[in-house]
Amino acid sequence: MVNVLFFVLAGLAIACAVSCVYHKNPLYSAISLIGVLLSLACIYLTLAAPFIAIVQILVYAGAIMVLVVFVIMLLNLDEDKPLTRLRYLYPIGGALGVVLLAQTLFVFYAVTKAPHQASEQGNVIGQTMSIGTAMYTEYLLPVEIVGVLLLMAIVGAMIMSRRMREPNLELVEGSKEDGE
Amino acid sequence: MEEALKTAFPFIAISIGILLVFGGVMMIVAYTVLAERKVLGWIQGRIGPNRVGPWGLLQPFADLFKFIFKEDLVPDKSTKFVYYLAPIVALTAAFMPMIVYPFGPPINVDLAAWLPYGLGEGITQIPLRVADLDVGILYVLAITSVGVYGIALAGWSSNSKYSLMGGLRSSAQMISYELAMGASVIGVVLLAGTLSLGGIIDAQIHAPWWSRWFIVPQFVGFVVFLIAAFAETNRVPFDLPEAETELVAGFHTEYSALKFALFFMAEYVNMFTVSVMCVTLFLGGWYIPGLDWVARQTDLVWLFGVGTVGYALISHVGFLLKIFAFLFLYIWVRGTLPRFRFDQLMNFGWKFLLPVALGNVIVTVILVFLMNR
Repeated sequence: MVNVLFFVLAGLAIACAVSCVYHKNPLYSAISLIGVLLSLACIYLTLAAPFIAIVQILVYAGAIMVLVVFVIMLLNLDEDKPLTRLRYLYPIGGALGVVLLAQTLFVFYAVTKAPHQASEQGNVIGQTMSIGTAMYTEYLLPVEIVGVLLLMAIVGAMIMSRRMREPNLELVEGSKEDGE
Repeated sequence: MEEALKTAFPFIAISIGILLVFGGVMMIVAYTVLAERKVLGWIQGRIGPNRVGPWGLLQPFADLFKFIFKEDLVPDKSTKFVYYLAPIVALTAAFMPMIVYPFGPPINVDLAAWLPYGLGEGITQIPLRVADLDVGILYVLAITSVGVYGIALAGWSSNSKYSLMGGLRSSAQMISYELAMGASVIGVVLLAGTLSLGGIIDAQIHAPWWSRWFIVPQFVGFVVFLIAAFAETNRVPFDLPEAETELVAGFHTEYSALKFALFFMAEYVNMFTVSVMCVTLFLGGWYIPGLDWVARQTDLVWLFGVGTVGYALISHVGFLLKIFAFLFLYIWVRGTLPRFRFDQLMNFGWKFLLPVALGNVIVTVILVFLMNR
């Protein structure tokens, strides 16, 4: 049962990922990406990790992709223009693809080599409580570093989007000279 | 045969549960529409629909058949695939939270004696819900946040300026108020110590007497949640996405017949969802304080005792009454308040509601820490 579900969901995820890359229309790509994220969330559910699954939907599908769709709707890109400008990125993309493939193969290799033992806490490992406990004891430092990073990002975003009106800030004078 | 039946039993039981919940919620939603038209009529000094059936009681079905048989117009220049996808997304996202609604307390019953082939072996309780997810609240919030796509995509794919403006407004509005809604829930989660809806009701039952309903210690959270809920469901006074005086009908301007009906249903199912959330998080869910005390005083344990059918039924009715009160509040507010301007809406969400919700979280954290010390 779970195996069948896995192959259905994994197939859906791959199909959506291909359609995400294939489509010229950015909105179709965005919708496909949402499909990828939702199928991944379902796979997490079959792996008994409900918290990760829900957070995947909440953060990626529910917040980030909404913003992406929002921007696409506002920009109204013209679809016909060929993207010759970005030609030089093709080899880089190919190289990254090779790296990704190697990584996947390595994961397969590592999984087959690893001993098949169910861990003792196997039944609580994906639960909310164990994630919370781990985050605030074992991984406290990384969590706090991420918190500081996010705070910096928020402050940075506010500075970028704000119009500087105070006369003693250089930004205003610079932009005035530019003739804004 | 027996083996097959035994393997299939959990799926059959869950399917029956889903069908019951679906049917029940759809009936309530259908009559919410009628109630809305009636109550709005009374507020505005009219009678409301009273022609179809006695006292207009068959009006929802008449509406449904009308929607089915109307001509389905699809705009020529629309993006067909997305245009068809949008109402489906909206309604699916509205339906999915149904499975975690806690409709009542579990009934203690020894099913082994009732079902053939030993199917009920080991089942001593019938829960009045489909699933009690470990992450119930997050699940509801996540699924409702996916519902934005229905509206945004509908606005974009219709290829009409009114629809696009409606879709844009609604995405912006829902992103903004989702934050305040999520933040207002954190206080309740801190007090209950769990994310599951059933667990939160249990926490309220076992709380000290003055905080049996979390509305008392979390009043600020409740008010923020209620306001955000109005905005999340695109209801008056936050119905900017379909402001009829400026945007014709907003995101569903170009939708007709059954596709429009799907959006319409999604809105009312969403209303039901946020009412359930409000009742469960802040008003004790199905819990009616004093019912167990009555049982002890009057020797009517078979009727009021915890785990009996009577207790479950009374609690379930109590739950429905609380929800109807919220649905009435929605209609009442719609008949009373004017609409916000869009900049007022954004300013209110970001500069007032979110800070208040975050302040509430900080105060709750400090108090919970001091009381648990």
